[in-house]
Amino acid sequence: MAMMMSSRHCFKVKWKSLTLLMEHGIHADHSAATFSIENEDHTLANAVRFTLNQDPRISFTGYSIPHPSDARVNIRVQTTGDPARDVLKDACQNLMGMCQHVRDTFDKAVVDFKRSKVVDAMDVEH
Amino acid sequence: MPRVSALDMPDVPQGQLPPHLELQRTRVLCNSDAPIHTENIQYSGAYASMGVDNSDGLNKFLSNFKVEVTKLTEEDMEFDMVGIDPAIANAFRRILIAEVPTMAIEKVFIANNSSVIQDEVLAHRLGLIPLNVDPRLFDYMSENDAPTEKNTIVFKLHVRCERGSPRITVKSDELKWLPNGSEFVLATEKQGSNSTAKPKTYTSFTCSQDTMPEFSSNPISPKYPDIILAKLGPGQEIELEAHAIKGVGRTHAKWSPVATAWYRLLPEVSLLQEVVDERAEELVKKCPAKVFDIEDIAKGKKKATVARPRACTLCRECIRGDDWEKYVSLRRVKNHFIFTIESTGALPPEGLFTEAVKILEDKCESLLTVLS
Repeated sequence: MAMMMSSRHCFKVKWKSLTLLMEHGIHADHSAATFSIENEDHTLANAVRFTLNQDPRISFTGYSIPHPSDARVNIRVQTTGDPARDVLKDACQNLMGMCQHVRDTFDKAVVDFKRSKVVDAMDVEH
Repeated sequence: MPRVSALDMPDVPQGQLPPHLELQRTRVLCNSDAPIHTENIQYSGAYASMGVDNSDGLNKFLSNFKVEVTKLTEEDMEFDMVGIDPAIANAFRRILIAEVPTMAIEKVFIANNSSVIQDEVLAHRLGLIPLNVDPRLFDYMSENDAPTEKNTIVFKLHVRCERGSPRITVKSDELKWLPNGSEFVLATEKQGSNSTAKPKTYTSFTCSQDTMPEFSSNPISPKYPDIILAKLGPGQEIELEAHAIKGVGRTHAKWSPVATAWYRLLPEVSLLQEVVDERAEELVKKCPAKVFDIEDIAKGKKKATVARPRACTLCRECIRGDDWEKYVSLRRVKNHFIFTIESTGALPPEGLFTEAVKILEDKCESLLTVLS
């Protein structure tokens, strides 16, 4: 009796989680590598590139999306000697730290704003 | 800004950039022909030869970052975010649009539709209705999952326009929440309807959603009751069930929790030399955004001042013609974002931003996990 109609044709729902596909580099030299990450885009790659660039151990870093229809980014990390993997991990850690601080500061600003509104409303009443 | 010749620079680095380079680093200059210095210099060693460390460092960021809310209502908010790189501000914006989940109608089971609006158009319209429900209380439903009370919300819509009565407009408040799940019996169940057990429907709820503490006092409904879905003429009828699931804007824009999320850089208008008398009046008149004011100075003289730089829309009227560029400089502060979020209703705008930041954190965390 009931006729089924999907309001979209393709059915893809599950939030895809990030996977590290591979790390390209030379075995003997850990200071340069390309990390190929699936299911991520400019959102993460550009933010990580920023934190990587802020690290003084970096000699070069950049990212690319090899093909727009592949959900994949390549992040290139070249360092002055430290293992590229460690520097990338530190960059992630720094980005997380920044996010936490953004969240705390933002929440505080919202609370402050709401409080000042309440005070304003009381001033109007009296 | 006067350029400093390399020969005139101090022999020992002063730990800070000469003013013209500092201006290029921190401001976009909006000239009458084109904006210049629009790029952001991220590399920590960009000014190493001048003895200047260009890295913000986590500690410097922690002490410099500021947020100030300027507007906050149930639907939208505006706030200033100062001291952050566009790479990160843009990540928040992108996540708000495409990756913060909401609930939206994904499947529509149409039992009867004799209206003029086609099934697929009606299904599409239903999908776009914002639902007043916190998506954090639900799970994602993957292709193999059965629809349960944990991942699906069911609505019923049954409207009929009687013969002889005037046309009716079907609005979103006709969507009635079914906390017990679908009422449509599966076709396979029909033949063997001898048992007394409850017939199988399109959902398999183990309990009613309205017994859950989150919804008992706060029933699920469309956020706005007056969204027009269809119009019915005499004798026409629509009977359907709509199943909403959790999703993200990346899959389809109907799951996007924001109408828009955007930012602009703080405008900075500076007068390079004093603008007085008739020129001051001309300047005030030139600006359609009313950025400038006139101030009386001694002896009946008048001088232009920059009163409302935030109102500047960068129309560049004020620097058009003559030599106005020598008087007025339009700039944008590169690390000062005026961020606006317009929510569609599932979560308040401040909650959306917090969720977006959390999602970026989760991304870092999963990258860290796969790296170690």
